[in-house]
Amino acid sequence: MVMRKLELPLSQTQKVRFKRAIERLQSLSSTANSDASVIVTDSIPVNHDDAFLKGHGTSEVDGELLATVCGVVERVDKLVYVRTLRARYKPEVGDIVVGRVIEVSQKRWRVELNFAQDGVLMLSSMTNPDGEQRRRTSVDELNMRNIFVEHDVLCTEVRNIQQDGSLQLHARSEKYGKLEKGQLLKVDPYLIKRRKHHFHYVDTLGIDLILGCNGFIWVGEHVEVRDPMIIVDQKNDETVSSSTNNTLKDQSHTTLETRQCICRIGNAIRVLSNLGFTMDLEVIMETFNLSNSKNIDIYDMLGSEFHVVVTENEAERRRAKRRN
Amino acid sequence: MEYVSPEGLRLDGRRFNEMRQIVAEIGVVSKADGSAVFEMGNTKVIAAVYGPREIQNKSQQLKHDRALVLCEYSMAQFSTGDRRRQKQDRRTTELSLVIRQTMEACILTELMPHSQIDIFLQVLQADGGTRSACINAATLALADAGIPMRDLAVSCSAGYLNSTPLLDLNYVEDSAGGADVTVGILPKTDKMDAKLPMETFETVFALASEGCKAIAERIREVLEENTKQLEYRRAA
Repeated sequence: MVMRKLELPLSQTQKVRFKRAIERLQSLSSTANSDASVIVTDSIPVNHDDAFLKGHGTSEVDGELLATVCGVVERVDKLVYVRTLRARYKPEVGDIVVGRVIEVSQKRWRVELNFAQDGVLMLSSMTNPDGEQRRRTSVDELNMRNIFVEHDVLCTEVRNIQQDGSLQLHARSEKYGKLEKGQLLKVDPYLIKRRKHHFHYVDTLGIDLILGCNGFIWVGEHVEVRDPMIIVDQKNDETVSSSTNNTLKDQSHTTLETRQCICRIGNAIRVLSNLGFTMDLEVIMETFNLSNSKNIDIYDMLGSEFHVVVTENEAERRRAKRRN
Repeated sequence: MEYVSPEGLRLDGRRFNEMRQIVAEIGVVSKADGSAVFEMGNTKVIAAVYGPREIQNKSQQLKHDRALVLCEYSMAQFSTGDRRRQKQDRRTTELSLVIRQTMEACILTELMPHSQIDIFLQVLQADGGTRSACINAATLALADAGIPMRDLAVSCSAGYLNSTPLLDLNYVEDSAGGADVTVGILPKTDKMDAKLPMETFETVFALASEGCKAIAERIREVLEENTKQLEYRRAA
């Protein structure tokens, strides 16, 4: 979660550098939309002659449009709504989310997603790990714990949002499923934008990065997405000995370098989250490379110096972007 | 006892319509969805909000179409002059209830069905007016958590001593036995300890309302600063 007040022991020079970087960031964004930010009960200026639609975070009292949350006013055609900053995740159908199983119950798993309610993943909306069609038998139900148990981290997609606000998930693809050998990081959902791609594979490091729309980020060792068709082919081709070989490979340990990379990326994300900067693959990897090039140890990344360096870098990056 | 000197100064040197210094800060509990510290002079309260989240105890859910608001108020053992032993007493329970009702009235609970919002309040230093400080801290924390609200609920107390209406009583003035009114602006007015004639009530009430407005002003400043900070850091 964001530290609004950076509680780090900064030396005098660091303080000055940090302040200057923050001021630069402020001046860069101030021109964009300066007075769009509102707080609770601020009235939102609208043109009453034109028809307008009131969206989330607004309410109409005595013909005046008032904000009900703190955030930024956004206008899309006739729609006027307030985009909240620090709030829980607001799901949309098709979002890729990372979550943690908290309960195994009748034909379903309950998943913690940083939403107002737990997400529900039905057994029937899961494909079998080997790509087979699922048979709805009671045996299948009894074996649910073979797939996910409590505290497992998994990656799914939002299937739909029910009338009463409850959230249904599905995992009908090989890319979804259980996540192992890595770290789960929790950041504020507003720091992650919806993009075309949320799954990233950093091939130089052999690391998978999943930016869940709900603010949960997974950093872990790369696993090959098994295409069910290919697996079937392999089964036909190869002998039994190779399949036992495969299971042995699954149990193998993650190498030290990979684990260090995971931690380094994890800490990069933590720093960005502490500072409240939006993240995508590019920014995270830039922070990662910055820590490498400056020869900062993994455990030093959460110290004051690196926070200041990242802030300066971010200011520089945004300025460069503006120029282009 | 003399609570107001002939020069019109109170025991701690304030004038009758002067408030204590207000310090408010957002985002002090890192794990909470929203949190705040609110200080009024020597009274200091920390508030943490969790939620909206899945209902923990289904039996508490009374209405299915709106969120459940829960509030827990506690006083740190070191908060008062002599060490407190009792953990739960009637005063605590009553205060929790009052704060919960106030906050429930201002949160738009119907937007978050099947979920609960927990508000935890802890008094770190008590010097009169803890009730007001708690409501103000809770408001800040809720706004920080991005929970939709009708209005910012703010509260301030005022009393009547030595035939003078006094704003924002401290502990000594509070325990003097005079009448005092704690006003929560937005929907609720609560509680009076001693009797007060109608016309003096009017002035005391007006004074407390003025105090509330001043506090609201301060709270808005804090929130505005916070929102701006978050937005420009995020930037696109």
